[in-house]
Amino acid sequence: MVDLRVKIGNLDLKNPVMTASGTFGYGLEFEDFFDLNRLGGFVVKGTTLHARQGNPYPRMAETPSGMLNAVGLQNGGVKHFADNIYPKLVKFQTNILVNVSGSTVEEYVECAELINELEHIPGIELNISCPNVKEGGMTFGTSCPSAEAVVRAVRQVYNKHLMVKLSPNVTAIDEIARAVEAVGADSVSLINTLLAMAIDAEKRKPLLSTITGGLSGPAVKPVALRMVWQVAQAVKIPVVGMGGIMNAADAIEFILAGASAVQVGTAGFIDPLAPVKIVDGIEDYLKRHKIESVTDLIGSLQM
Amino acid sequence: MNKTVQNLRVLSNIQLNRDHHLLELQAPVKLEQIAPGQFVNVRVDKSQSTFLRRPFSIYDVNYEKNTISLFIKDVGPGSHVLTSTPEDEEVDVVFPLGNGFSFPKNNERVLLVGGGFGIAPLLFFAKELKKRNLTAEIHSLVGARTADDLMQLDSFSLYGQVYTTSEDGTHGVKGRVTDHPVLRDNLQDFDRVYTCGPEPMMKAVAAKAAAADVFCEVSLENMMACGFGVCLCCVTDTTSGHQCVCTDGPVFNIKDLKW
Repeated sequence: MVDLRVKIGNLDLKNPVMTASGTFGYGLEFEDFFDLNRLGGFVVKGTTLHARQGNPYPRMAETPSGMLNAVGLQNGGVKHFADNIYPKLVKFQTNILVNVSGSTVEEYVECAELINELEHIPGIELNISCPNVKEGGMTFGTSCPSAEAVVRAVRQVYNKHLMVKLSPNVTAIDEIARAVEAVGADSVSLINTLLAMAIDAEKRKPLLSTITGGLSGPAVKPVALRMVWQVAQAVKIPVVGMGGIMNAADAIEFILAGASAVQVGTAGFIDPLAPVKIVDGIEDYLKRHKIESVTDLIGSLQM
Repeated sequence: MNKTVQNLRVLSNIQLNRDHHLLELQAPVKLEQIAPGQFVNVRVDKSQSTFLRRPFSIYDVNYEKNTISLFIKDVGPGSHVLTSTPEDEEVDVVFPLGNGFSFPKNNERVLLVGGGFGIAPLLFFAKELKKRNLTAEIHSLVGARTADDLMQLDSFSLYGQVYTTSEDGTHGVKGRVTDHPVLRDNLQDFDRVYTCGPEPMMKAVAAKAAAADVFCEVSLENMMACGFGVCLCCVTDTTSGHQCVCTDGPVFNIKDLKW
């Protein structure tokens, strides 16, 4: 038997596979496909203090080996989540994190405070990296002072696991990671989508209503791997890796680069079973390489 | 039935004209009830340019043979993967997705308006109406650019009166579906209109139905990634805000749309 369990700070995961916010709805949408308890955890969609309608259609464009999205944090607001969604999630025996976003520091704080009251939510993923909103989102995550300010403020009111989701749209992601570690982040997850663009040459128009959007899928994986490796060198807190993970081999690469766990996102659109196939594939890899525990693999890249 | 992801075997792939194919796909599991108007999302990622699945309306279900049929127009690299899949090969399909058309009450008169390959869910709907012995009278109005693109008229005629339009006048009334007297002048004769086709056509049909105060449902086809309500990419503007075409639709009552 191989041991798939990992720890991310005070979170115990039965395996290192989570699903990424914005690609997994509230989890319930996947219940027809597989047992959500098979996951190490899942992160429910970006939640804000107030309900948001998101951006106008079209919000999506297919690009080589990937896609752009510009959803813009469409969600019913934190009260809707707490009253209508949370009661349906308490039955699951896995780590359910809520991705929290906002336009101002005060909104992040108020949203986190409300989620702090929800017993079966052991942590939040602070989204300081959404590229698709006009105010807040990525603007917090692209400079050290603003990233520190929002993480410090949320840390004051939130006493469970605080994961901070980092933006790749920066000059030095390791500096941002160090900055949020210093003000109390329990872990970092990366990468959010890469700010990108697609154009219809025949119509001479952008493909997205917002002109720019976030790139995800296998196209971003080499960038994500590099950033996970850099950040893992820079911080002591656990790193959760994501960006174009389609199969177990991709997930192993992130773990070798220093990720204690991974998040599977866009792959779930292509194959709803991808998250559980990745769990099985990591187990097979460990058996094949005669490695007892997946923790032995974390950051074990040989150079 | 519950959503599932399965490899379906291509039982037959028949080319109907220069760019339309009829694919019959056999499931390894027993098919449960599928509603007309529901769709499938098919994996076509054989090249880096076709990364996402492609949604298709369900054209027919055969519960004895355990098959789902798709009526596909070869419009790009994604649909081409399917139209070029030979018999006995498998395709990876997520199904059934979305909500079907709402069924009429007994004795209601129904008009189906299809444009191009938008006929796919309407023919399945007509068949189910007949099967359920809803005594509704079914009239079908089918429009296309030219006579060659007006397909499956014989199938429509199994269920009732069929009218046609063609833009070049090679079949039926010359012009678009909205130029046909049945839609232009006689819409009051119907209790319900169901339409599927290019969006400008559906909008024109919806406007006629709204003006005549006739119940009307449309089947939308926005671009989507997942097909089951998690990517939130396929939204349409409704009276209750952005809704997903994949899970809140694809069938919408025009009263709920901000058209």
